[in-house]
Amino acid sequence: MSEQAEHHPSATLSRVLAVLGDKAVGFHDRLGDDTVAIRPEHLVEVARTLKDDPHLLFDFLMDQTAVDWIEEEPRFELVYHLFSSKYFHRLRLKFRVPESDPSCDSLTPLWGSADWMEREIWDLYGIRFRGHPHLQRILLYDEFEGHPLRKDYPKDAAQPLFEPRYWGSREHEDPRKARGGDLKTL
Amino acid sequence: MALDPRLLRLRGGPAPTGDPALDAAIGESGGDFHDKVYTTRLDAVLGWSRKFSLFQYPFVTACCGMEYMAASANHYDTDRFGAALPRFSPRQSDMLMVVGTITHKQAPVLKRVYDQMCEPKWVVAVGACAVSGGFYQNYTSVPGCDKIIPVDVYVPGCPPRPETILDAIVKLQEKIQNQKHEFI
Ligand code: SF4
Repeated sequence: MSEQAEHHPSATLSRVLAVLGDKAVGFHDRLGDDTVAIRPEHLVEVARTLKDDPHLLFDFLMDQTAVDWIEEEPRFELVYHLFSSKYFHRLRLKFRVPESDPSCDSLTPLWGSADWMEREIWDLYGIRFRGHPHLQRILLYDEFEGHPLRKDYPKDAAQPLFEPRYWGSREHEDPRKARGGDLKTL
Repeated sequence: MALDPRLLRLRGGPAPTGDPALDAAIGESGGDFHDKVYTTRLDAVLGWSRKFSLFQYPFVTACCGMEYMAASANHYDTDRFGAALPRFSPRQSDMLMVVGTITHKQAPVLKRVYDQMCEPKWVVAVGACAVSGGFYQNYTSVPGCDKIIPVDVYVPGCPPRPETILDAIVKLQEKIQNQKHEFI
């Protein structure tokens, strides 16, 4: 207990909490990772503050990902990792969005690196980013239905683009039979 | 490389071929026709020539590719078996090496590459992923490239040793020598 009472947040975290004021709804620095929780509606405002504040200057969005806390509400947690190439400090931002409306604002106008990462989160978790210039699937194909990293997606439910074939080697030796196929899309 | 003994039929006198012109030529040769001329089946000679001129198309998608590069470079040297030059155009190749994991997104590409290759053509699946999907059982990996295209030789291993890949080429040559060939 006494250790906790003597524990002080790092200079970065103190500064972040000071500039964010009541927009920071929670924080911790467990294992040395400064983390701040915010509300989704404040995302763009908070991000701009963190990027422009002269003592923070988080100019690099290193990583952006999502977590599916199935059976909890709100269900999806978005996680942002920021880095400052001037001060070499890092910050983790977190907030949750509900299953009924899994969406939040896009950070692509602020950090170009958000572009592909937001497309990946849309692809795999189905979270929409308002204001993203072209929110399309990036890893999977357009015909894919559903979002496979959601915990309620069956892990081996493949969606082949065409029916699998079972060829015997005898068929292959007859070149006329080995040709052709039932390819749907190319 | 010595001629395959199966190609040669040196013993025994000339048998009537059924072709009057050829029979006459054999008669005129003075009895040593078989010292001057090799007779064989068309199948065998086509197989013999095709098995030593394999042009490979490496469809390299994953970590097995490193092992494939080691096997085809000069330390292990697939050229010793007549499978030397990787061709990066399917039109110019007759041996498709599927090296690595195939995803469902990639399956149409592999199918198209296979369809673009001219007959005769053979397929070698290199590595556990190409053979059976390996340890991947999920929404994105094809459980073996034989679900998409016919495969002649399966090479096990994750990744296979270069010797295993060389062994696969020798196995494929055996298959080519003994299979039925069409004169296309
Ligand atoms: S078989 Fe192993 S080494 Fe080869 S592609 Fe699959 S995982 Fe990689």
